[in-house]
Amino acid sequence: MSAMTREETEALIQEVLEVYPEKAKKDRAKHLTVNDQEVEQSKKCITSNRKSLPGVMTIRGCAYAGSKGVVWGPIKDMIHISHGPVGCGQYSRAGRRNYYVGTTGVNTFGTMNFTSDFQEKDIVFGGDKKLSKIMEEIEALFPLNKGITVQSECPIGLIGDDIEAVAKKTTAEIEKPVVPVRCEGFRGVSQSLGHHIANDAVRDWVLGNRDGDTSFESSPYDVTIIGDYNIGGDAWASRTLMEEMGLRVIAQWSGDGTLAEMENTPKAKLNLIHCYRSMNYISRHMEEKYGIPWMEYNFFGPTKIAESLRKIAAFFDETIQANAEKVIEKYQAEYEAVIAKYRPRLEGKRVMLYVGGLRPRHVIGAYEDLGMEVVGTGYEFAHNDDYDRTIKEMGNATLIYDDVTGYEFEEFVKKVKPDLIGSGIKEKYIFQKMGIPFRQMHSWDYSGPYHGYDGFAIFARDMDMTLNNPCWNKIQAPWLKTEETPEAAAAGA
Amino acid sequence: MPNVMIRVKDGGALLFYIAKKDQEDEIAHVETDTEDTWGGEVELTDGSKYYIDPITPRPSFPTTLRFKRA
Repeated sequence: MSAMTREETEALIQEVLEVYPEKAKKDRAKHLTVNDQEVEQSKKCITSNRKSLPGVMTIRGCAYAGSKGVVWGPIKDMIHISHGPVGCGQYSRAGRRNYYVGTTGVNTFGTMNFTSDFQEKDIVFGGDKKLSKIMEEIEALFPLNKGITVQSECPIGLIGDDIEAVAKKTTAEIEKPVVPVRCEGFRGVSQSLGHHIANDAVRDWVLGNRDGDTSFESSPYDVTIIGDYNIGGDAWASRTLMEEMGLRVIAQWSGDGTLAEMENTPKAKLNLIHCYRSMNYISRHMEEKYGIPWMEYNFFGPTKIAESLRKIAAFFDETIQANAEKVIEKYQAEYEAVIAKYRPRLEGKRVMLYVGGLRPRHVIGAYEDLGMEVVGTGYEFAHNDDYDRTIKEMGNATLIYDDVTGYEFEEFVKKVKPDLIGSGIKEKYIFQKMGIPFRQMHSWDYSGPYHGYDGFAIFARDMDMTLNNPCWNKIQAPWLKTEETPEAAAAGA
Repeated sequence: MPNVMIRVKDGGALLFYIAKKDQEDEIAHVETDTEDTWGGEVELTDGSKYYIDPITPRPSFPTTLRFKRA
């Protein structure tokens, strides 16, 4: 199917909205749009960061997911207590594949689940005593922890426990930072507020801890990687490129990150943010308080990597700038070979994306490097500023959907007929059963890393492996097959 | 009375950011913008107006200021 025109896409949106009742239709219409690169400000064409409509299937998470799962969880040498009933922590345990180095249970705790396991009596009588007892036990059992965070689940806010008081008391007792995080799941409309709350907790309880401490020797080339959660080793693939450029990465936030790194971040010269959505708050704060500039970068696909490396180098002197060129040159043969191998197999394939807060725009460049086209994209929890950036990346007359509902996404896919869908686990099996190749773009489908030049090779291989898998021709039962059915031809190559 | 973080954008324009409202707009016009005073009525590119009592000396950006709706 060739590219859709603006009118066709608009008609498609109207058609999909048709089934909703009047009120729901009006609301959902604001979240769906046809991309127009002329538009400067996204709020003129799309509404985002609004409460999901009751009754529709949303794919969003909660504030607890944003704080414990995304921002705080990967900090490996702290213990993060899921304070409340057992499920929130247990069912999200180790699901995000934030890789780290260390001995789990001894000096790192990333994949473990610590919870206060609330029972009825804790709801009735309050859980503060239990919380302080847990922290005593943690201190006895895991003495190498560098600090504790208390990640509140819904009941904590509902019953009004004073976790701040417990945190202060315990900090004095164990002489380690204890950070209360008020990230109850009911706050906000999506995980996005959880990121903000977590950032604020970092600001209030961690960032200034070493302000008076001059023992850390900073160099003029200190940078930090912010908003890279090391999924499948992403941060490591990014870090090597920075280091080859001659920069010193003094902190990783928060994939494979430590408390000490976070505390030393104000000593950096430049904050590099990959996931803008989840970490821009703290970067803005550091710019204001410590005068550290920040910039967004994108390490998906060679075009964007080269662009970003040059942009990063522009903050430093000529040696670094020359080094950046050297790094790009060094990997040129490598990535050209990847493109030469996979581009002929992937050329012209059309992709629809629906991910969280940065990938719907960041990975577009990587697909384009492989000759693929992104025909639809959308975010679960983005804000206006994310869509501002997306409009420029996407082609004209492509679909943009905010907080898309299960129904809308399916209908869009049926009509647009993309060759590949990139989204999360909740969408995966629906689309696979519809006979459409699918990649999880949250967890890289248990593969990765996808960042950096090394990651691009893996990305290209994975996309090829999925798209050109022979199984897509076997979706229809053999006895139902007429000659070459058009659906099978569309689904696989 | 929103708390507003103002920072200098890449192009040199001032960016007006209200975290609570998730609003991020460039400042189109400031009533008083001299070497030593900054403030008064501030108009954003989207047309909305805010007010702050003129500050002397001129604050260095980025900074967080408390505005009133004008």
